Amino acid sequence: MPRLARAREDRMGLLTELKDSISRAASTLFSEQDPKRIGIYGPPNAGKTTLANRIARDWTGDAVGPESPIPHETRRARRKENVEIERDGKSVQIDIVDTPGVTTKVDYTEFLDHDMEKDDAVRRSREATEGVAEAMHWLREDVDGVIYVLDSTKDPFTQVNTMLIGIIESQDLPVLIFANKIDLEDSNVQRIRNAFPQHETVPLSALEGDNMDEVYDKIAEYFG
Amino acid sequence: MAEIKQPGEGVQIDLISAKRMNGLASMEKIRMILDGVRDGNIVVLEEGLTPDEESKLIEVTMTEISPDEFNGIEIETYPRSEAADQSFLDRLMGRESTKKLTVIGPANQIETLHKDETLISALVSRK
Ligand SMILES: Nc1nc2c(ncn2[C@@H]2O[C@H](COP(=O)(O)OP(=O)(O)OP(=O)(O)O)[C@@H](O)[C@H]2O)c(=O)[nH]1
Ligand SMILES: [Mg+2]
Repeated sequence: MPRLARAREDRMGLLTELKDSISRAASTLFSEQDPKRIGIYGPPNAGKTTLANRIARDWTGDAVGPESPIPHETRRARRKENVEIERDGKSVQIDIVDTPGVTTKVDYTEFLDHDMEKDDAVRRSREATEGVAEAMHWLREDVDGVIYVLDSTKDPFTQVNTMLIGIIESQDLPVLIFANKIDLEDSNVQRIRNAFPQHETVPLSALEGDNMDEVYDKIAEYFG
Repeated sequence: MAEIKQPGEGVQIDLISAKRMNGLASMEKIRMILDGVRDGNIVVLEEGLTPDEESKLIEVTMTEISPDEFNGIEIETYPRSEAADQSFLDRLMGRESTKKLTVIGPANQIETLHKDETLISALVSRK
């Protein structure tokens, strides 16, 4: 980039930064506190984006990102800011961060089963690995609380779940476990409660909107 | 790790003592584990990683995955839930125990057959 253009961009960057910090300062003035940044974590396909979209639609009117039965649909952390949730006449403000499903392995050939060309599958897996790395980084640096979403039809005793919950605990972040997909026949919420007895587990169906009242009560209680 | 394996001959298992790991910085531990795993070895740690190191291990593993070459890792530890087993006092005092046996291998060569609090059974195949 020519030096002049870069200088201009730097200046513009500075300006937007200034604007940002002024509006941040203003929002601190007007609200009691900065919104907490709540990361939605969990294994691939658990329903994190479906949940993030439901929360965003219920309280802001628009969505966060696409949902899909193919794992690793979300490959970049996506943020929805200033979601204001009203509970008992009080309101809590949170930023929700939908993250890519965490895993220790990605094999692009698995995407080929989903009717994908090799090029697309390789690209998807590359984006997925970048996204998971980013999500791990966020977890260490940039979140104030965690919603851990699990598919309640699946065995919760996996190494990834155990490690992630351990990582979250070691950072002393407030955490809620969401047992999703209770609309499905194989759903087993108790199995999740048994796996993580040290945490509060909230059953829900993000897809059908079941038990969302309790979901919002708990969010307000834990992250407000 | 000493390279004693002839390619295609078998599966190398590296048992790494707590003493050896204790002398290393976090990133050195992660490097040692991933170097071993990427050579197709099974790495067994006498004493596991801290949560922070586990988080970095996942992150670095992700950045190294490459199609047709490296698919990532399979990792198993026990006891299953260290935090839940720790006494309240231990946690209060910040005595974070990492005494958990940890088995790490290449995702495309190791498959966990069975796991409970006292036993990990894994099937390892040659490259
Ligand atoms: N039956 C049922 N299906 C659900 C529910 N929530 C999500 N799903 C479905 O599960 C699949 C995965 O949902 P996503 O929201 O994309 O999952 P994710 O956790 O964001 O997945 P990644 O971004 O790939 O990690 C989709 O087909 C959803 O429609 C639920 O409560 N019940
Ligand atoms: Mg998603």
